[in-house]
This record gives sequence, C-alpha cells and structure tokens, in this order.
Amino acid sequence: MSTIPELATFQQVFAKALLGGATPDAFVSQPAFSIYRNTVRKGCIDALEANYPAVSRVVGSEWFRSAAALHVEQSPPTDSRLMRYGADFAAFLDAFEPAAALPYLPGVARLDRFWTEAHIAADATPLDGETLARHLAKAPDTLALTPHPAARWAWFDEQPIFTIWQRNRAEAQSDDGELEWHSEGALLTRPGDNVQWCDIGCAEVAFLDACATGQSIGAAADAALTAQPDADLSQVLARLLRAGAFNCLTESTTG
Amino acid sequence: MPSNLTAGLGLKPQHFDTALACQAEGLWFEIHPENYMVEGGPRLRWLEAVRASHALSLHGVSLSLAGDQAPDAAHLKRFAALVDRLQPALVSEHLAWSGWDGVHLPDLLPFPRTTVALHRIAANIEQTQSALGRSIAVENPSHYLRLDAHDWDEIDFLAELVRRTGCSLLLDVNNVHVSARNLGFSAEAYLDRFPGEAVSEIHLAGHTPDPTLGEALLVDSHDAPIASEVWALYRRAIERIGARPTLIERDGNVPAFDELWAERSIASDELKRVAEAHKVAA
Repeated sequence: MSTIPELATFQQVFAKALLGGATPDAFVSQPAFSIYRNTVRKGCIDALEANYPAVSRVVGSEWFRSAAALHVEQSPPTDSRLMRYGADFAAFLDAFEPAAALPYLPGVARLDRFWTEAHIAADATPLDGETLARHLAKAPDTLALTPHPAARWAWFDEQPIFTIWQRNRAEAQSDDGELEWHSEGALLTRPGDNVQWCDIGCAEVAFLDACATGQSIGAAADAALTAQPDADLSQVLARLLRAGAFNCLTESTTG
Repeated sequence: MPSNLTAGLGLKPQHFDTALACQAEGLWFEIHPENYMVEGGPRLRWLEAVRASHALSLHGVSLSLAGDQAPDAAHLKRFAALVDRLQPALVSEHLAWSGWDGVHLPDLLPFPRTTVALHRIAANIEQTQSALGRSIAVENPSHYLRLDAHDWDEIDFLAELVRRTGCSLLLDVNNVHVSARNLGFSAEAYLDRFPGEAVSEIHLAGHTPDPTLGEALLVDSHDAPIASEVWALYRRAIERIGARPTLIERDGNVPAFDELWAERSIASDELKRVAEAHKVAA
C-alpha cells in the first residue's frame, strides 16, 4: 500500500519531474505524464516566440524554438502573465555560443522586448511642444522632463540593429536592400494605442538618458551636446516631442 | 445565476472587430484575465469596448487553487481590479494547480484528492471569493494520469467545495469525455451524478488523440471542432440540469469567426429547446 503524500510533497515531486528532474514516483513513468511535460514546455516556448517575433524571423522558427527550449530550462517563467516572459532572453542570447555568428541578435531581442513593454505600459498623455515652450522660457535649469511610461530607447554601436529589427518586425517582407553597417539609435513610443518607432541619434539618446535619471532640461541639453557637439538642440527636442517621448514636466531631482 | 446568457464564445484578438459588431440574444464572450493584466494600452480598451455591448466572463487559468500555497496576493489583486473594472457576468477558475516554488507552470496540473487537499482548496477558494467580492465557478479538470492517492471521488469533492465555500461549478463536458476515455469510467454516469443545481456555466471544446498513443489517450487540446460524442453528452447534461450559459472554447487552430459561430448556433438551439421543454414540464 502506498503512502498518501501531502499536497506540497506531491507538487514538489511533480514540478521537478516536469522540469526534467529524475524522480522514482510511479505516476511519472505513466506515458500520459508526457502530456503535462509537453504542454508546459510548449506553453513557455510559444510565449517566448510570441514575445520575440523579430528574433524568430531572423533565425527561423525551428532554430528559435531549440534555443528557446534551452532558455526555458534555465529560466522558466515566474509570472503567469506570459506576455512578460523572457525578460532575460536578450542576455541569454548574448551568452549563447551558437548565436555568436549573429552578434546583432541580442539587440534585436532587446527591441522586441521594448515593443512588449511599450504595448502594456501605463497610459499617459504625451507632453506637447506648446506646454513645454511655456515652461521652458521660465526655468530650464530646475525643470526636468519625465519620459513617457511607454518610451524605450537604446543606442547600438557599429551595428544597424534598429534597421534589422524594423525589417523583421513588419507584417510583410519589407525593404531588403543592402544594410549599411553603422551605429544606430532606436526610440519606441506609444502615444495612443499603437506602438511606434523611429531612429534617433546619439544626442537624442543622451538627452533621454539624462531625463530618465531626473536631470534638469539644461543638464540633459549639456549631455546631448557632449554626445554630439554639433547637435541642434531645438531639433533634438522637437523630434522627441513629436514621437511622444515625454509625459510631463517636474522639478529636477538632481539639478 | 445570470439566466439571460445563452451561448458564448472565447474572445480572440483576431476576431475582435467581428465580435464587437456581433449581436445575438444572450451572446457573451469569455477571456483569460491573465492576458489583460496590464498597466495600460490597447488591450484594456479593446475589452472595454466589447464590455460596453456584451456580457463578459473572466476565466482564470493560473490562480493555482489546488496549489498547497495561498493564491499569489499580487495576482489576486490584479484579478480583483479587472473584476471591478469590467463587472463580468461570470468568473471562473480551475480545480488544478499551475505553479510551484516561484515557478509558473503554464498548465492545469492534477493532485491527489485527499482531505488535506480539500481543506487547502476550500481555503483558497474562500480567499479568492473574498478578494473578488463575489463567488466564482470552479471547473472540473481533464485527467491523463492514474493517481493512486485519491481519497475522494471527484464529484463528491466538488460538491463538498460547493457546500463549504458557496462557489458554483463550471461543467466542462469535453473534460468529462476526455477523462472518462483516459481513465476508463462512464462519462454518462459521471454527468448523471454531477450536482446540476450548482452548475453556473458549461464549456464545450475539441480534443485530439495523443500523437504517439492515439485514441487510447485523448488530449484536451481546444484546437479542433467539438466532437459529436461531446455534443451528445452536452444534450444529456442540459436535458437533466436545464439550460446554462454555454461557452464554445477554442484556443488553438482558431478558425474563421463563422465556423465558431456555427458551433455557437448549435449550442444556442439546444439551450432554447431545453429551456422550452423545461417550461412545458413546469
């Protein structure tokens, strides 16, 4: 006669067996156990592929799913909201030996992640140019711009990662002209319902980075000029405002 | 029980516009709340647009009621916020667990129906109902494994949960068919004993044979049309317990809206027939 396991013991054994650990328990040896194992694995891999569509398109679904299976073993989901699963997938690809020939792959994954984060971020009205102009005249050194909750940006050195991502994110096969191998910046925003994206320069990236740490508009402008001494600040600001990169004006926290 | 609801459909993003424009007597839509637990963005606006003209059902898939842990407090809070925002006609979860030790396992996992489990699950249901401020329906699971540690018969276990917590039951007829075939019991006998007065919702879905074991092992895959055996069991169930809000559930190989609508029409005709027969009998 078998002993009756307490619920927790049973679940511990079951969970371990699902994730690949060996266990002597009788139920695991039933052929039907593989239904659970397959469902869990497929659920995680499907979620990763849904969350990283451009990566999957770059490498092909078969390659993607083999790599994803390894990622699932290393970092199974910890949140039942599977649209958030894979926060560390870009870092996984960065360290993933078979992906070494595609050095831009982690960057493409980062942009896929940005898209998801922008898609589900809190709603907020983007700051408009007129409101900013009214305040800017008064106190550029004490006021700070808060990035919009959906705004995500990155700078990619020496690789056209934004272009690669954009081409592989489109519904239809888009422009597949020759890639120019140079640095690129990317900005994703969601001023309304739809996630939008545009390329930005290193001045815009430095400006946004400074804003994200609570620095004043004046300090952010200095950062932009340090990154790109010939930058036209009014154009930098106009471009970011047009994209809906900011949410509101606050008192600077760092001066 | 919301008696004005007839047959409903799982709401799929690809059918959103058609669903929004679709009007029929008693039509309702069901969603998985996990997909709408977001800070903002279009998903909630889509859902609110549908809610403005249709009744909604929130069918949770990850509360892990049968886990030997209290429901995740943050998840419960998000669930409650959605219930508050959408005022759904129906709210349900599963008699299953789906996470352990901080890891989420996206499936509905089995457990031994012991008295220890009964106490834990009853407490979890009570905590959920108190957080949501309403009662929930608990769904009978699909079975694949023979567990020798069961102390309780499943129907007695469900009836006891109803008695202890005041929850209702979601009768998934496809799960009954799949489990009966996999474990070798009579689906008809199971349905004839199911506590009909506690049923607040019915699910109908498709299944597929296991790719290696074939018909000997049916998988509750929700990726195929509803089988004729399941329709027959459905008719048997509602003839006994009466009409209940019935969902056409499809999660994989999602066909054109019209195809799901045709299945919905079958269910809605059956419900009408049964409601009239019950009226005559009364």
